[in-house]
Amino acid sequence: MFKSLYRKTRQLAYISKLGTSEIIRKMTTVNLIEQSIKAKLKTHLETNHIEVINESYMHNVPKGSETHFKVVVVSEKFNNKPLIQRHRMVNEVLKAELQNGVHALSIEAKTPAQWQESDQMIEPSPNCRGGFGR
Amino acid sequence: MNVFNKIRNFRNIGSIHRLYSVTPKENIEKIVKNNKVVVFMKGVPEQPQCGFSNAVVQILRMHGVTYDAHNVLQDEALRQGVKDYSNWPTIPQIYINGEFVGGCDIMLQLHQSGDLIEELEKAGITSALLEKSKDEKPK
Repeated sequence: MFKSLYRKTRQLAYISKLGTSEIIRKMTTVNLIEQSIKAKLKTHLETNHIEVINESYMHNVPKGSETHFKVVVVSEKFNNKPLIQRHRMVNEVLKAELQNGVHALSIEAKTPAQWQESDQMIEPSPNCRGGFGR
Repeated sequence: MNVFNKIRNFRNIGSIHRLYSVTPKENIEKIVKNNKVVVFMKGVPEQPQCGFSNAVVQILRMHGVTYDAHNVLQDEALRQGVKDYSNWPTIPQIYINGEFVGGCDIMLQLHQSGDLIEELEKAGITSALLEKSKDEKPK
């Protein structure tokens, strides 16, 4: 049984050009919400660059939770839009997630030009102070 | 007869209550217009219970702003009400001059870019940071 699993993993690794360990990691971590956030932002905001960081581990929630996220969204659609409107666009796309379990969403919304001239470093969100005890 | 009266009284009270009760929207509108700067947060300024709320408290402290703080953890109706009011899904929320400004990320950016000083000025508040920089450069 293990032999066949190993073979399958090797096959997958070959097909996807990823390391074997990476495939195993991908198979074991179920990050459905993270994937859905990424996919939705990509399609709805036609992002040039996107990063979705699960910051749940920094908070008072069970291991492996998907409750606290930080997203970096770079899109042409943000051109000539004030910050609050950009945040509203992201919130709107992720409405379902925010109503179903995603509890904190930190947003960095930049235009491609702004992203180019920035240092492209992402600072972690402020430390939790224990208010969310679920 | 007695029971009938009681029921009638009860119904009267009910209708009076309906007459005077305000909708959550009106309630929040009253709160945000009651003070120049209003913050809806988790915990209280002396002891914020969320990192994002804490960041907002620290920023406002740096600018020496006095503000009205409301703890949404104490009031579930307020927590949902304020989200509906501003159509903004997260807490904290900051209002200046009765207008929704944003959450923690936006406050942080306004602070870093210096735009917060301007926003406060529009509400007739002089930021403590502005006064400090004046003292430092007495040209």
